[in-house]
Amino acid sequence: MPEKYHIKTKPVPPRRPRIGKHGVVDWREDCARCHNCVKKACVYDRYRQEADYIRSMGEVEALFFDCMGCFSCVQDCTKGLLRLSINPEYERLGNRYWKPDIIKTTWLQAETAKIPVSGAGYRGPFSGHGFDAMWTDMSEIVRPTRDGIHGREYISTSVDIGRKLPFLTQNGNQLPPLVSLPMPLIIDLSSPAHTLPQVDPIVEHAAAATGIIALMDARYRPAKAEHLTNIAFYLSPDSPAVPDELLRKTRLVEIADGPAVAERIQALKRIHPEIVVAIRVELTNAGIGRAIELAGLPDVETIHVVADANGDELNASQPRFLKEMLRQIHTALIEKGGRDEITLMAGGGIALPEHMAKAIICGADLVTINLPLLIALECHLCASCKPGTTCPAKLENIDFSFGVGRMTNLIAAWHDQLIELMGAMGMREARRLRGDVGRAMFFEQLEEETFGKLYGTRTKP
Amino acid sequence: MAPERSLEQLLPEKTLKTRVPQEHVERLVRPAPSRYRNEIAKYLVHRGPECKRCGKCGEVCAHEVHVHLPGYKYYGEPRHHLCIGPSCENTDRYCVAQCPNGALQVRENPMYSVLGDCRWSSDLILATWKMAETGDVPPAAYDYNYETGNSGGGFDKLRFKFPKEPPVKLDASEIDTTVLLNKRGDGRPKIKIDVPWYGGGMSFGSVSNVTQLSKARAAVAFNTFTCTGEGGYMERMRPYDDHVITQVATGLFGVREETIQRVPIVEFKYAQGAKPGLGGHLLGDKNTIAVSRMREAVLGISLFSPFPFHSVYSIEDHMKHIDWIKHVNRRALISTKVSTPTDVDMVAVGSYSAGTHIVHIDGGYGGTGAAPDIAKKNIAMPIEYAIGKVHQFLAAEGVRDKVTLIASGGIRSAYDVAKAIALGADGVVIGTSEMVALGCVRCSRCESGRGCPRGIATTDPELAAKMEIDWGTQRLINMYSAWRKVLVGILQRLGVPSVAELRGRTDLMMHLDYTNS
Repeated sequence: MPEKYHIKTKPVPPRRPRIGKHGVVDWREDCARCHNCVKKACVYDRYRQEADYIRSMGEVEALFFDCMGCFSCVQDCTKGLLRLSINPEYERLGNRYWKPDIIKTTWLQAETAKIPVSGAGYRGPFSGHGFDAMWTDMSEIVRPTRDGIHGREYISTSVDIGRKLPFLTQNGNQLPPLVSLPMPLIIDLSSPAHTLPQVDPIVEHAAAATGIIALMDARYRPAKAEHLTNIAFYLSPDSPAVPDELLRKTRLVEIADGPAVAERIQALKRIHPEIVVAIRVELTNAGIGRAIELAGLPDVETIHVVADANGDELNASQPRFLKEMLRQIHTALIEKGGRDEITLMAGGGIALPEHMAKAIICGADLVTINLPLLIALECHLCASCKPGTTCPAKLENIDFSFGVGRMTNLIAAWHDQLIELMGAMGMREARRLRGDVGRAMFFEQLEEETFGKLYGTRTKP
Repeated sequence: MAPERSLEQLLPEKTLKTRVPQEHVERLVRPAPSRYRNEIAKYLVHRGPECKRCGKCGEVCAHEVHVHLPGYKYYGEPRHHLCIGPSCENTDRYCVAQCPNGALQVRENPMYSVLGDCRWSSDLILATWKMAETGDVPPAAYDYNYETGNSGGGFDKLRFKFPKEPPVKLDASEIDTTVLLNKRGDGRPKIKIDVPWYGGGMSFGSVSNVTQLSKARAAVAFNTFTCTGEGGYMERMRPYDDHVITQVATGLFGVREETIQRVPIVEFKYAQGAKPGLGGHLLGDKNTIAVSRMREAVLGISLFSPFPFHSVYSIEDHMKHIDWIKHVNRRALISTKVSTPTDVDMVAVGSYSAGTHIVHIDGGYGGTGAAPDIAKKNIAMPIEYAIGKVHQFLAAEGVRDKVTLIASGGIRSAYDVAKAIALGADGVVIGTSEMVALGCVRCSRCESGRGCPRGIATTDPELAAKMEIDWGTQRLINMYSAWRKVLVGILQRLGVPSVAELRGRTDLMMHLDYTNS
């Protein structure tokens, strides 16, 4: 049996006090000292531990933040003094797209490297914006091609980046270079709102530890030369040239879109014929058309389409979401022919592991992320990473092994969850999942098939 | 159609010998107040120091909020959960207005918004508690919305179009809420349940034996069923054998020939709505001595059931499975529990052709004792879409009246039951609502550690002791009674005389997000 892709993980506890969803508000004035809450009500022993918390000052908040919100103490208190509330600090986490529960689950995965498991059914809305308006399919008893929970070791998440030949000929093709990644994930450049130079070496090591690739600014120099295979330089028009000897040790390079991309690619290939060149295309109104156009050029191998951090179309008053834009590009490429020949990477708005699977179903070969890895370092996404402001996660003096551990854990958890979804779908290969919308169900379509037929036209967008 | 045969003819001799006397449970509504000291309330009543203990509030209040126990100098803590809130202002019994000293205040409980979530709104939880306490529909004065949750789609956007006057005047006693579970006419017993729902499979391990027994006893009282789940068949369950479904799931935990022979229905669990395409999960913490013994597994390890049945890779294999059970238990009806993939309709028809009596579809938003969060949210379609799809496909194939279609996965109230039936199901399976009746607050902490902090979904002896069987039984009987009342009320208002005739009546509903033209 060949060696399996496996990420080594170990728990990395948070540096900062946890921010829980619930907090107990406790009015001690009339307390009867009955100790019901201490001895009986709280099965998590939070009240019993309270004294310890108070003794080690600075950790007092932990009492509130570890509350599981079971209401037992509230309901058992002899005098009815205890109240439960939603922690306002929790509600302030993130923003409208990166909701507090996304931040919380990312923290948990970065700490434990485990798939979050909980009891009780789904708690959220029926469907929602973007990726929440689709469900992945599952295999059922009548479908023979699937592999269950025991078949997971046979599920391959690896993908290839580069140009593929439409067919092979007998007289020996010169095969174009391919970059194989063990999972369909690339670490994107850090977003301009969250630029933290001290995080770059951590990203480099996390990419090396997980065997994936991190896109880095052309000015970045890796701490270890052997990590160059896990780094892809991003060459924008104004970035300085990367020394040829460094470029020759990398496998992938990304260039900004521009008028002379073909020449740029040829120039890079002259330096390092085995390198795969990706073109970064921003998903503005013109971006979709440009991505489709680029795919038709003979020199283009890989296109990296990027939406904004929330997965929305850039510079649009009524932005479309990444999911729709991907489907449009993917379908157009199929219609033009040659979809299989190029690689499509998609970034922006990939916040949860299910987004990775869903974006692939919508037509991407692989996805790129940046913010989830920052959140893994306990970032709150307050977007105030400027000198002179206080970072709530204290990212200015981040511990190196802590950072690498947390990022590695998160990537491992994402990988496991991708396998979980693929196992449920009955898919053995991430490569085969690409564009397979038959493995998904879309809200609009299900609504139309179910309620549209019965109750007329949908009035709500 | 072959006539029904008596148990003596149906049961193998050895089963008859091991059969224990069946226990009867009265279908009686009795008050079953919360087992907690402070019930969570929608409104808070605050008594200030201005109170001169004149007793006026106690006199005027129509809901017994203010208590002054004999022998006590001061008034006790107001019973907040009985207060109907500021809407009481419109009556002449509003304590705040009547208090001569201006000592009283009523305001919304800030904690109220902490309870619940999109699917189970705080109103829905409190209303279910009220039903479980009183056995009746919550009084209108409380203004609980127990019709819908806040999920913004599916059942929560469907409404019945109640006519001003029902087309037919029906007395509550005339309404038929029974459901026939065997429509095949294959000579197996024609089991009828009195209410169009039965209890979902919850294993010993995921829930405590007190919870399981309470469910079983309520099922006896309402002549319906409860299901063992995947964790084996508790001996203490045997006095209720006639109302138990033995589940045969992919892990085959605790399934023995004997436990299959005890019961009138055997359920194959191919998949579960909360974790479709994955097997059952019981995390190691909850695999206690008692659980591991019953499951014949190693103590303390996590028990993940495989997916799927590795002996079933086609409908023909499924048929072989069903034949095996039918052979082992000659009287059993077969239920096939599947989740809701895009081709759930094909699965249902395939399952029918393999010989199942009940097709049980479990939608993606169903309950669970433990499931990966990613699976709960993302895999398989919500039940609202699947019911109509399966119903219409079965009808198109001409077998709709040969098979019973049971829906589950997000049935939270009697309104959801009615909506599911109107979409095309014959009946439903409920799970989370029973847990809520027993005091669940949906904190989602059932999966690890000692399990449920409220003592429902736990196998920790100390936590399980928080609940008594009689109390649990009564809560469920009360909830069932209230649900039946609501359901009968819906049928009366629609002028539909029976649950069977409500099936597939999508014309009686409307969807708030559509033109409905």
